[in-house]
Amino acid sequence: MKDSIGRPVVVVTGIGLVTSLGQGKADNWAALSAGRSGIRRISRFPVDGLKTTIAGTVDFVPAEPFCAAQLSENFARLAAEEAIGEAAVGIRGDFPGPLFIAVPPVEMEWPQRAALAKASGASGEVTYADLLRVAATGAFKPWHDLFLFGTVADRLADTFGTKGSPISLSTACSSGATAIQLGVEAIRRGETDAALCIGTDGSVQAEALIRFSLLSALSTQNDPPEGASKPFSKNRDGFVMGEGAAALVLESYASAKARGARILGVIAGCGEKGDGFHRTRTSPDGMPAILAMRGAIADAGLTPDDIDYVNAHGTSTPENDKMECLGCMSVIGDRMKSVPISSNKSMIGHTLTAAGAVEAVFSLLTLQHQRIPPTINHHMPDPAIPLDVVPNVARDARVRHVMSNSFGFGGQNTVLILSGEVRA
Amino acid sequence: MSARDVVITGVGLISSLGDGLEAHAAALADPAAVRVDSATYAPFSVHPAVALELDRQIPKKLDQKQMEPWQRLGTYAAGLALDMAGLKGDKDKLAELQLIVAAGGGERDYNVDSQILTQMPTAANPEVLINEKLMSELRPTLFLAQLSNLLAGNISIVHGVTGASRTFMGEEQCGVDAFRIAFERIRAGQGDRFLVGGSYNAERADSLLIFAMGGFLRQGGYAPVDARGEGAGFILGSGGAFLVLEAREAAQARGAPILATLQSVVARRTPRSGNGLGQSLAVDLKIAAEIAGPDAVVISGATGAKDITGAELRALAATVPEAPVRFTGNRLGHVLEAHFPVSLALAVLALREGRLWPPTPGSAAERQQAGAARAAIVTSVGHMRGEGIAVVGQA
Repeated sequence: MKDSIGRPVVVVTGIGLVTSLGQGKADNWAALSAGRSGIRRISRFPVDGLKTTIAGTVDFVPAEPFCAAQLSENFARLAAEEAIGEAAVGIRGDFPGPLFIAVPPVEMEWPQRAALAKASGASGEVTYADLLRVAATGAFKPWHDLFLFGTVADRLADTFGTKGSPISLSTACSSGATAIQLGVEAIRRGETDAALCIGTDGSVQAEALIRFSLLSALSTQNDPPEGASKPFSKNRDGFVMGEGAAALVLESYASAKARGARILGVIAGCGEKGDGFHRTRTSPDGMPAILAMRGAIADAGLTPDDIDYVNAHGTSTPENDKMECLGCMSVIGDRMKSVPISSNKSMIGHTLTAAGAVEAVFSLLTLQHQRIPPTINHHMPDPAIPLDVVPNVARDARVRHVMSNSFGFGGQNTVLILSGEVRA
Repeated sequence: MSARDVVITGVGLISSLGDGLEAHAAALADPAAVRVDSATYAPFSVHPAVALELDRQIPKKLDQKQMEPWQRLGTYAAGLALDMAGLKGDKDKLAELQLIVAAGGGERDYNVDSQILTQMPTAANPEVLINEKLMSELRPTLFLAQLSNLLAGNISIVHGVTGASRTFMGEEQCGVDAFRIAFERIRAGQGDRFLVGGSYNAERADSLLIFAMGGFLRQGGYAPVDARGEGAGFILGSGGAFLVLEAREAAQARGAPILATLQSVVARRTPRSGNGLGQSLAVDLKIAAEIAGPDAVVISGATGAKDITGAELRALAATVPEAPVRFTGNRLGHVLEAHFPVSLALAVLALREGRLWPPTPGSAAERQQAGAARAAIVTSVGHMRGEGIAVVGQA
């Protein structure tokens, strides 16, 4: 089956999920639709001297060595196993298509730097010249591969037997959506019948948190932790870092149908637009986000009136939520006041690189269950945001088409349209 | 729908050899022109970038200040490519231009790192020391110079390229992937015009450290990539390259000069055990040679890393023995994420000149070229993983 302009229809036949709410889509959906928060006090490193001491960490997945690169790989592996298991496509370890994975920019961390410094035997001031001197001894060889940007993808490609050159990507906080978009494009141009698309992020470590903190991007309302992320509320004061991964098996409708696969939903449209206004702030008129939304709706062959629910980017920063409201109002018009819009981030925090994929999976679960997850912590509405944010309690509703927004630093705007049923 | 032709209408190139295509043509003509710094990061060498007059491509001082060197190199090279393609300042077209960047990450604050590492052994709680030092000493905006996608972000800000922006990561292979995806999307009608490329700053201890740990850096000064013997490994080079790719009809419709055609881009991931790499390269080189036709030359991205460079040399000698070879790494080092983009830029240069530059003394595999260069086979074999082969044809 082709879409309205003759391209293969792209469907989802498997999904997998790990967040601070738990492992697997069943546990995650139960927690999310119950309005439970996964935000907690950080226990994996001391928080002395930090303004923000909370995060949506995933504390039940081990990693050795414990670092963002290894943790991100492990999350991705769990999510991919679940997704491929559900899709039951190909044979184990032989996935019939490419891998597109959004991974956080990884780098060597403090335990490794400290080990090199110690091995250098430098007394007095330690400089990078000391570290370089001992680096080439061969004693630290495994860390070379561990901290390459392409390693997570390479190892997953080995495990799952994906085809071709796996693509690791970053479009900041819209990365997960971009991974899905690349999969959609590959299927639409007939390059493959299936694609494995993943977003993963396990980068809650001290330095990453401090970097966001120094940009004043994080909530500092640490007490109680589960109350900090309050998208669209008047007293919102920043996002809360989260961790997790989501994986989606995408297939052409024809291929899924031919093998009798269960179709979980449709990636009906993708839209994107760059923004050259500022490194961290969006254009004051909101046009790039607006054009990304319009682009996605048009790509899906729909009109703004067809959107039943918006899965918001909804970071809980003062700027994002205001601009996202403005954007949705511009695109959907006055009707937007009655179109439900909610933010998963109120419960799981901002899973950063993974967010676009995690929220696409939650959008598919929303379509499947015909139930909209709430925006929790909504006790002080912002009069400047006259939207139905599905406050605090999940709601049953007829949902055919979801718009899932992802925006990021560096002028990244990516929007997906997900549908419950295949249309000709 | 039948596949569309992909043409190259702009090239921006920076390296240790110079600033822009003309500077490279001049430097490459002199086989002795190789700039190496073997002192600063001894025992390792780097090919340092030439000094840039940043104002020419990054007019606002504030923008210059907000970037670290890898971003300046890339933003500058992107500007050169837009200039050559006649797109600079064309707001409407820039607002539709799609950007794919191959990038790693930005550098650290060496002074802060040094302070922490110096104080850690005597700190009551080293982790708390890290918190306190980073909170008080780090420049807040440094993060924006470190994030992988912020080269793309700066290109959007400085040059107004805002059609879309995607950043691929993963060392050498992301440069190949970036061009393959742009190429396939244009062919399939998923976009008319792309700005694709990357940049890398080799003059940073934190990045050298990673490759030194892996044992991949050459020690002992400069030698051609095929003459490193027991001192095999790569010498990193600073630089960047961006190319404007367009559907032929889109370029023609705006009257753009066509510099070259991009005829194929293949990306592979071959297991590195046994002779898999050599066999895979041989298969892809044979196909590339058929596409390229007579008078083809090879621009090789061989890194100088021991076994894989050997495998590539053998595959080249066995599969395309007639084609003269030039190694990008011989003249300007290994440019990591930007290595494949830089090699493509050099291929466009060779085809424009209609001949290759002279061979590097001491490089046995680079021999004098007798005939013309009408097509170029461009290779990339990543030091850990990933292979790419492109064919570039004359306009």
